[in-house]
Amino acid sequence: MTTALDHPRKTWRDRVFGRPTRPYIHPYLGGLLLGLVLFAAFFITGNGLGASGGLNRVIVFFEDIIAPAHIDRVPYLLKMAGGALNPLDDWVVPLVVGTLVGGFASGWFSGRLQLETNKGPHITRRTRWLMAFIGGSLMGYGARMARGCTSGQALSGGAVLSVGSWAFMFAVFAGAYALAYFVRRLWN
Amino acid sequence: MPFPLPLETLVSKPVMFLIFGVIGFAFGFVLESAGFGNSRKLAAQFYFQDMTVLKVMFGAIVTAMVLLFIAVRLGILDFSLVWVNPTYLASGILGGLIMGVGFIIGGFCPGTSLVAMATRKIDGAFFVLGVLFGIFVFGETVEYFYDWWNNAGYLGRLTIPEWLDLPVGVVVVAVVLMALFMFWVAEKLEQRYGGRDLSKEPRWRRYAAVGLVTFAVSVIVIGMPTTQEKYARVAAVKDAALANREVQINPGELLDTVANDTLRVVMIDVRPEAEFNQFHIAGSQNVPLAQISSILPEVHARQAVNTVFVLMSNDEVAATDAWKTFQAESVTNAYILEGGINEWLSTFGEEEGDIAQVALPSGDDSLCFSFPAALGDRYAAADPSPHEWTLDYTPKVKLEVKRDKSGGGCG
Repeated sequence: MTTALDHPRKTWRDRVFGRPTRPYIHPYLGGLLLGLVLFAAFFITGNGLGASGGLNRVIVFFEDIIAPAHIDRVPYLLKMAGGALNPLDDWVVPLVVGTLVGGFASGWFSGRLQLETNKGPHITRRTRWLMAFIGGSLMGYGARMARGCTSGQALSGGAVLSVGSWAFMFAVFAGAYALAYFVRRLWN
Repeated sequence: MPFPLPLETLVSKPVMFLIFGVIGFAFGFVLESAGFGNSRKLAAQFYFQDMTVLKVMFGAIVTAMVLLFIAVRLGILDFSLVWVNPTYLASGILGGLIMGVGFIIGGFCPGTSLVAMATRKIDGAFFVLGVLFGIFVFGETVEYFYDWWNNAGYLGRLTIPEWLDLPVGVVVVAVVLMALFMFWVAEKLEQRYGGRDLSKEPRWRRYAAVGLVTFAVSVIVIGMPTTQEKYARVAAVKDAALANREVQINPGELLDTVANDTLRVVMIDVRPEAEFNQFHIAGSQNVPLAQISSILPEVHARQAVNTVFVLMSNDEVAATDAWKTFQAESVTNAYILEGGINEWLSTFGEEEGDIAQVALPSGDDSLCFSFPAALGDRYAAADPSPHEWTLDYTPKVKLEVKRDKSGGGCG
């Protein structure tokens, strides 16, 4: 005879967040699969991948609601949201939404949806959050200056052999390696 | 079906967005599966403990690159329609350095932080907020260095093979070999600093390396299609358009098109420089027919929904040759000036006393007018006022709807 205790009913929370954790896939397999996705993007649409461009359009969308007159004075913003243009009406927006959903799906599939903060052992969570915000701000600023982030410049431009994208890629690695020693307390 | 697909005209907008959504889904899924939602794993790259970032990034780049150029060489993918990030050396390098600093402080890049946030990593969510803030600040400050940002080190659509003047296949093989060498170094570093046991690494990675090199070498072997071969593929349609005079625009239409503020007209005069110096239409640029291929990268970089290219010679012969090159290389919105400069001068030059017609158009593309001096565009007929001329013509400029690729992506 079975009782309810033998088979504790799984709540939806367990089904989503309590799945057993699988290991990450092998980096070379990850590279191969990411390469196939990137190739498919180019092959079908002519465009590569992107992330910061989509976030850019989200920001401009809200700016356009709050201060439409301001948009009309700045040529950089005007190109995305001037007049009747809707900044969200661009292919990179569904791409970013898809990235979020895909990341969640993979996290669900592999049991990696734990609410947590990944940080080095010697800093507090608050420090980590602050550093994440500061690092993110630099990333966002640099990505727009370079006209693309790791996805849109390094990956996409790298695969089609754009000279600027390769220069950019080496600059990113140079910047990170140059500073890594000085911020090692953040991570190790 | 030629790839990439013209999605704007082929499917409705919701379907197009769905396609990009599916690509995004795969992108996010793979990023998370590779461990890119974990900031510690990403940061370990810069302490040589775990080189996953390098392996996945360069693995993806070489995989996509090899497949892409094989597809191009087999003629199923049109490289001119593939978005190549234009090169802005100064802003690209400075922006890259800033991003590198942000990477090691914040532990993510924008794409990976999205995946981290989606898997409920709080540091990922703070990073995304930071990215949004940084983007906002950029939008508000870019006006102070707008000229520098748009011009410093600008080289347009430039690929490494063009830059080094090497065959594409050679560069592809070199990049693959460089990536394999970097993987080998990365594994040695992981062994030393990350304590990784290389004997436990899967053997298939060696076979994958061999396969990659084989594919890369095949890019050299297959060879790149020439402009003539590319034109042969579209000749049936394009020759019919020429014969039906669908792409030869009347001088009056050119005048009105230039005057139309919503359009950007790029006039390319393909005559020899000496004739160009005698007389040319104001605003046109001289690219002798023999050099027409050299401006294709610039033309591709300037392609946009509202840009019209008009090719011209004395009559139409050289302009038609140039137009065929443009068609072979998938330049959209390209037209020929009907009757060329001769027709233009017959239309607008009648009140210009100095310019005399010395011959009748004979169809051999020679100049039928003589000029007192090589004054270029300093004749009234070089820059007629659209308000003074009302000409009857059949409008032929039809803008082909193309996504303005430069507006999207990370660009």
